[in-house]
Amino acid sequence: MASTLASGLSPVRHTFDSGARVIIQETSATPAVSINASFLGGSVYDPVGLPGLSYLVSRVIDRGTTRQTADAIAEELDQRGVTLRIGTTRHSMTFCTTCLTEDFDDVLDLVLEVARFPIFFDEELGKRRAEAITALRQNEDNPSVRVGEALSEMLYGPEHPYGRPARGSVDSLERVDRAELVSFHAQHIRPSVLTLAIVGDVRASHTFDRVARLLDGWDGGPKRQALVPPPTIEPRRRVREIVMPGKSQSEIAYGFTTISRLDPRYHAYWMLNNILGQFGLGGRLADNIRERQGMAYYAFSTFNANVGEGPLVIRAGVDPTNVERTIEAIDVEVQDLGRLGPTAVEMDESRGYLIGSIPRLLETNDSIAAFLQDCERFDLGLDYDRRLPELLNAVTIDHVRAAAAEVLDPTRAAIAIAGPK
Amino acid sequence: MHLPATSSVDTQTRSDYLPNGLKVVVREVHTAPLVSVWCWYRVGSGDESAGRTGVSHWVEHMNFKGTVNIPREQMKGIVERFGGMWNGYTWIDQTTYLETAGRAALDRLLFIEAERMAYGLYEPAECESERTVIISELQGGENDPDQLLDTEVTATAFRAHPYGHPTIGWVDDLRSMTRDDLYGHYRRFYIPNNATLVVVGDVDASDVLRRAEKHFASIPEGPLPQRVRVTEPVQIGERRVAVEREGTTAYVKVVFHAPAATEPDFFPMLVLDAVLTGAKGVNLWSSFRGVPPQRKARLYTALVERGLASLVSGAILPTVQPYLYTLSFTAIDGVSPGVVEAAAFEEIERVRTAGVESAEVARAQHQLRARLVLDNDSVTNIAHQLGYFETVAGPGFLSSLQQRIDAVTPEQVWDVARRRLSPTNRTVGCYQPLGRS
Repeated sequence: MASTLASGLSPVRHTFDSGARVIIQETSATPAVSINASFLGGSVYDPVGLPGLSYLVSRVIDRGTTRQTADAIAEELDQRGVTLRIGTTRHSMTFCTTCLTEDFDDVLDLVLEVARFPIFFDEELGKRRAEAITALRQNEDNPSVRVGEALSEMLYGPEHPYGRPARGSVDSLERVDRAELVSFHAQHIRPSVLTLAIVGDVRASHTFDRVARLLDGWDGGPKRQALVPPPTIEPRRRVREIVMPGKSQSEIAYGFTTISRLDPRYHAYWMLNNILGQFGLGGRLADNIRERQGMAYYAFSTFNANVGEGPLVIRAGVDPTNVERTIEAIDVEVQDLGRLGPTAVEMDESRGYLIGSIPRLLETNDSIAAFLQDCERFDLGLDYDRRLPELLNAVTIDHVRAAAAEVLDPTRAAIAIAGPK
Repeated sequence: MHLPATSSVDTQTRSDYLPNGLKVVVREVHTAPLVSVWCWYRVGSGDESAGRTGVSHWVEHMNFKGTVNIPREQMKGIVERFGGMWNGYTWIDQTTYLETAGRAALDRLLFIEAERMAYGLYEPAECESERTVIISELQGGENDPDQLLDTEVTATAFRAHPYGHPTIGWVDDLRSMTRDDLYGHYRRFYIPNNATLVVVGDVDASDVLRRAEKHFASIPEGPLPQRVRVTEPVQIGERRVAVEREGTTAYVKVVFHAPAATEPDFFPMLVLDAVLTGAKGVNLWSSFRGVPPQRKARLYTALVERGLASLVSGAILPTVQPYLYTLSFTAIDGVSPGVVEAAAFEEIERVRTAGVESAEVARAQHQLRARLVLDNDSVTNIAHQLGYFETVAGPGFLSSLQQRIDAVTPEQVWDVARRRLSPTNRTVGCYQPLGRS
């Protein structure tokens, strides 16, 4: 029997008059379907002075519609064993769920009803606000979150869309009222900025017809993509320490701003990050910090190119007495890769890994849906998975060397440390 | 010993034994050009004695450090070269290793697992270097108040059974254990007749068995290690532990001694948990995947909907010997742990006194059925499911799961609630952040 996805994805797309884009990938691995509805309604769209609004909208939006109560929605979800996950990122508010094929029509109806007809009861706002504030309090006690947020602010500045806290503050959440939720929803949760990815045991023609009925009469609204200004912070080395008494381990976040997702150097940066802090246990960083020096359970880097110039962030969790040694080790690896670039062996290994991992990363309905969302968000094309090997093969050692020289310089690093001393 | 292929309801899966006692379980899944290889050992932190806690987990770490035929420097990239990922984990009953990669990697993955089973190097310098890595892992866990409380509550709930200590071990044991302790543990438990090899993916089952024989047949069987068989004394009164540390948020945990996977009470408890907190996946890995459907669950409506807690969760997992049923609560900012605890007890008593509705049981059963389907979404997860139940509960358990869940009655749920959720069977833990009492 042949592998059904061996030759790549074969999604189909339809764009409705309202601007809503629907992409469907049929798969048959399990009698299940993943629904991923993403609107351009993330934290970058929060009004000035009210950070966290999009996050709070996402917490309240599924607690009652003009057609049914929160309790009835809860019953519908729980009866089917379904969890509706609504989350926000910098740019998007996404409604995700996975259900059995037999429940697909009803669950799709519910997802779009929740997105389209929320009622935002005051009582629900009160409860979800208290939960959101509790989550913020938990984050205040989490060294990993603290260094992540501190680093974003250091790299972009506190007013930049990528620098301010995506979930707001206790103060800002307390100032949100129902009218602001309604207004945010009216402006940003609209068909013109909707991409709906459906992956699983469904028939595309039937599903397009059903989505058309569900979106019928919903005014698309203007298609807006937030402009993200380039970071204005002067790139010089700066360090921020956050003292958290009682913690056993110190967290380090060490980073730089990089490029946008649409930059032609994207694939070179991707390989650079893989070599620096991903390949194997965590690239060169883990080789040094974990394997040779035994200082940390984890040391790795992430690269998150976005609509704007996203960050490259190095993370490590170490004994508080090893913070300085760890930062020295990161400096060494950053400087070496920045000055000398990768080796030919590293290029081959990294390229082989990234190309070889494509089928694994596109194995589940959820992961395919998330991948298709990225393809749409950045206009990568529905054949991007099949073009990806070619794009990675085109990256030369000189491309990666240039990327490394551009970004990896310890004298321009921002460093946040949170720990007991 | 050469046994014929087992006959069970699960006709998709082929099982066989090699002459050295290694059980090989294969399922062909041709939906993606991938293969997932897992090697499971019947050894976990429940097999450890005082002074040697954490040895199983540390051994797991050492088994990524090079073998006789895979030098240390060749370990990096050995799976990644095939686009693959690899990992391992240790828990109370089992230690397991996995690789998922392109199907062309099958032979290489089997070679790695055979090397890991018999030819680990355990270089003294590597053992020392890993000591500080593991202590760092432990410290990372201590940064999380919920995890810290979990460790304290579990240790308080058990008086005799080694399930009471954390899988990662106590820090003093991690500081004092030697290379010989590690190597001795490795040699005692890492034998083919104490292991199960699971292969799932775009493979031919007969070909897998031939290759498994090529790589593993030369590894001799050994004396089957005697597993710890401690009977935890019956708890006769509520136990309590209070943790006061720096922090911002209060947490409450309530644990009850629970049935082992093979005890008759296990399935009614599974359904009871789904009624109280929503259905999770029925194994360690899948139980962590996402938030369960729980908005109509008893404890969610009693605490989250009343504005007392921001999070409610429950966990009952299949284990070899009786472990714990754990309920966890995160108090809403400004709500004291005592209020959370009282509301939870009130709802639990309501279930113990009046039982549950048949509609609640039907909903819980449907949720669990859905999870069993949704958890089979990748070759990695299918292989984990097969290996987990084979190791913890034995052959036939997985294939009978759905039927046994469906057979649970409201009366059985009420019965286990009355007996198992009694105050005398519970241990209560509160994490009170300093300065926010």
